[in-house]
Amino acid sequence: MIHVTTTINGDETEFVCDPRETLLDVLRDRLSLTGAKEGCGTGDCGACSVTVDGTVVCSCLVLGAEAEGKEIGTVEGIATGEDLHPIQQKFLDHAALQCGICTPGILVATKALLEKHPDPTETQVRYWLAGNLCRCTGYDKIIRAVMDAAKDMRSAA
Amino acid sequence: MAFDEAKKDFNLIGTRPARPDGIDKVTGRAQFGADKAAPGQLHAAILRSPHAHARIKSIDTSAAEKAKGVKGIVTRADFATGLKGEMWNKLENVMAGEKALYDGHAIAAVAATSALAAKDALKLIKVDFEVLDHVTNVDESMKDGAPVIREGAAGPSTPEGMHPNVVGFYSSGHGDVDAGFADADLVIEDTFTTEATHQGYIEPHACLAQMGKDGKGEVWCCTQGHFNVAKVCGHLLGTEASQIRVTASEIGGGFGGKTEVFIEPVALALAKKTNRPVKLVMSRSEVFRASGPTASASMDIKIGMKKDGTMTAGRGVFRLQGGAFPGAPGTFTAMCAFAPYALENVSQEAYDVMTNRPKQAAYRAPGSPMAAFAVESVVDELCNQLGLDPIEVRLKNASREGSKASFGINWPRIGLVECLEAAKAHPHYSTAIPENGGRGVSCGFWFNHGGETAVSLALAEDGTVSLSVGTPDIGGSRASMCMMAAEELGIKYDDIRTTIADTATLGYNEISHGSRVTYASGLATIEAARDTIKKLCKRAAAKWGIDEDAVYWEDGFAKPSGPNAGEFEPMSLAKIASKMGATGGPIVGHYEATPEGAGVSFAVHIVDAEVDKETGSTSVGRYTVIQDAGKAIHPSYVEGQFQGGAAQGIGWALNEEYIYGEDGRLQNAGFLDYRIPVASDLPMIDTVIVEVPNPGHPYGVRGVGETSICPPLAAIANAVSNAAGVRMKSLPMSPPRILKALDEA
Ligand code: FES
Ligand code: FES
Repeated sequence: MIHVTTTINGDETEFVCDPRETLLDVLRDRLSLTGAKEGCGTGDCGACSVTVDGTVVCSCLVLGAEAEGKEIGTVEGIATGEDLHPIQQKFLDHAALQCGICTPGILVATKALLEKHPDPTETQVRYWLAGNLCRCTGYDKIIRAVMDAAKDMRSAA
Repeated sequence: MAFDEAKKDFNLIGTRPARPDGIDKVTGRAQFGADKAAPGQLHAAILRSPHAHARIKSIDTSAAEKAKGVKGIVTRADFATGLKGEMWNKLENVMAGEKALYDGHAIAAVAATSALAAKDALKLIKVDFEVLDHVTNVDESMKDGAPVIREGAAGPSTPEGMHPNVVGFYSSGHGDVDAGFADADLVIEDTFTTEATHQGYIEPHACLAQMGKDGKGEVWCCTQGHFNVAKVCGHLLGTEASQIRVTASEIGGGFGGKTEVFIEPVALALAKKTNRPVKLVMSRSEVFRASGPTASASMDIKIGMKKDGTMTAGRGVFRLQGGAFPGAPGTFTAMCAFAPYALENVSQEAYDVMTNRPKQAAYRAPGSPMAAFAVESVVDELCNQLGLDPIEVRLKNASREGSKASFGINWPRIGLVECLEAAKAHPHYSTAIPENGGRGVSCGFWFNHGGETAVSLALAEDGTVSLSVGTPDIGGSRASMCMMAAEELGIKYDDIRTTIADTATLGYNEISHGSRVTYASGLATIEAARDTIKKLCKRAAAKWGIDEDAVYWEDGFAKPSGPNAGEFEPMSLAKIASKMGATGGPIVGHYEATPEGAGVSFAVHIVDAEVDKETGSTSVGRYTVIQDAGKAIHPSYVEGQFQGGAAQGIGWALNEEYIYGEDGRLQNAGFLDYRIPVASDLPMIDTVIVEVPNPGHPYGVRGVGETSICPPLAAIANAVSNAAGVRMKSLPMSPPRILKALDEA
């Protein structure tokens, strides 16, 4: 077992894990942060997306031990208290989720996108999110929600 | 049940409020199948057959039992014996008996203190297999000399003298098809194939189960039908359904694939054996290898047409591959094939064929998309060769109210003509077809379904409402239920909370399938609200000391009518509810029925596609879905169903397929090699909601979830064929297949 000290959504956190355990396993099974989902476990679906030091990664491809000293961001950290982040609100307004299993990963990826590219084109959004599978929506309403959130966030900035 | 005049003036219906489960789902709080844990839980893993077909001579679990952390192992010996028919088939699929019937078939399962320990222990189980010949292709499986999956599996409908792998047969039709073909100016006959695809829900099957020695169990799982899970688990564990309480988690997609039961009985058996809660979650590769993909199909179609576009006759023969068990949806394929057309002469027959593959499961309108692909391809070719407009030809021959359906019924009020007219009028249809591109059009049809339904609606003292339904919410249905209840009661949308009740709390509810939820649970919700209103009026009448028939309900208030009109101050729902303890006790409305008026739904899709003749790759440029929803309760979620079905259809048409090797093993059991459409593959998907009310629902609702996947395979195949200048007869139209077709042209 390995002892790890890390920061998750701004909170200092410690855990122990098996050297084979992924960051996703640790988040879900050891820390009860079940917002990140396992859709594949092989880096192909993006449902497990989190940020590590600000970069979006598939947490199923990162070992728990690698979180040592890092800043991890998950879907649970996107809202501020009871105030939803604009992208969360736009996903509700645009009905951009059906089952919602892809939503946490897509929100994490979208937040990172808009921090980097506040004024993305539709094509940019589609390529940025190409690693996040959604089987329910056909992406149409997701893309619209992201574009609309970007617009609002620009005018608020 | 017929509702003569569908309600027309609505306050809430047709608006787009935020879904009640929305905040939980955007904050990560919503609990899906794998998100729940129980104190002291064990983790389970399943050992699966590496062979497509093998006799299981022995299973030695002794080494695994001694491994670190292992608390229990189950094999077939731990399940009920003496099952017959359908339940025997289900058990056989959940845990192999004498033979492994497909790559991935479950052989044994381990529960251990961690998921890693359980997986490690699987490697210590020794299975002695005698490998048998296998067959995975439908046409091969019907031939003399093909390996027999199981003797005696054929149903009574199967014609004499067929291979034992042919287990079902259906035929229907009317008129004289040969005379019809003789009347035609042009007859086209061809053979088409589609491959098996997977629903591809992003959430793998997952459950958490507990069971005591007394046979009482609890299951938490992601399923489209928790009442069915209870029933199947009861049979497979040798106990009663009522002893197993199942709670449906949030469900991360199903599309028909989560109507089946795969892991819950295994988790229960392990929980019983270890006396500990057991969590069991499939990996993605297990989902591909051992849940229920679609049937694949091989189809012969012959259609005759006159120069003016009149279709004179149609014949279809459909061979459906359904995996190692009976149940391929050939009957639906045959019934849907010519449903859009009012043909005087039509005949269709279908064969249900077993192979060494996982048992097929429903996937959105099971059997219909492949039929549409074959039939609508031939219709398109006829239009091309006769120089006719594809929408005009479809309008000319369209099924409409009163015409005789290809499968025998007389059509009630249906909306195909309205969809075709809307397609013709849509700007998409009048824009120029892009250079190097092609345009495809297709109709699609699905029956829709009612099914056993129970709903209960309880008032709280503060005037809010708790609505309990028994159909898992697979695409926003709780929003629709809140809207329908609020509409009837005349209260705010936010004052209603809809819960998916567990199996011990509500009467039996059929699975969320057949596009039945908004129709059947919606109808039951409306009726439960009306039942509640009667009770509210009765309380008001008692308070006012007048006859209860002299009280009516309007906009959330009980009001005196007739001679008493204006005599008493109208009483709100909240006011009556606040006094209910003292005026007769709790007020609860309910409704139970098996509604049979699910209105069928037709759709028309238009698609423009470009084909790169160098690489064989296709890009979908513009896509429009036009579909009859009867009445759209929450238009956003109706559009979502239209778009989702189209996107899945695009995947099925262009990329997705189960690829089996010579060894009978699935070669692409992951999202890398089984590639579903990603955001950068797709255009925006335009939608038109047509509303031809269904007389079988008080608001006119028709189910919408399934019809949306019926036209896309054909519409895209027609677009690609027109772009490439060569008729594509096999799906998926992957680059190698397109290059091959171009080469052979
Ligand atoms: S679970 Fe990590 S990418 Fe799918
Ligand atoms: S909403 Fe279901 S996978 Fe995206």
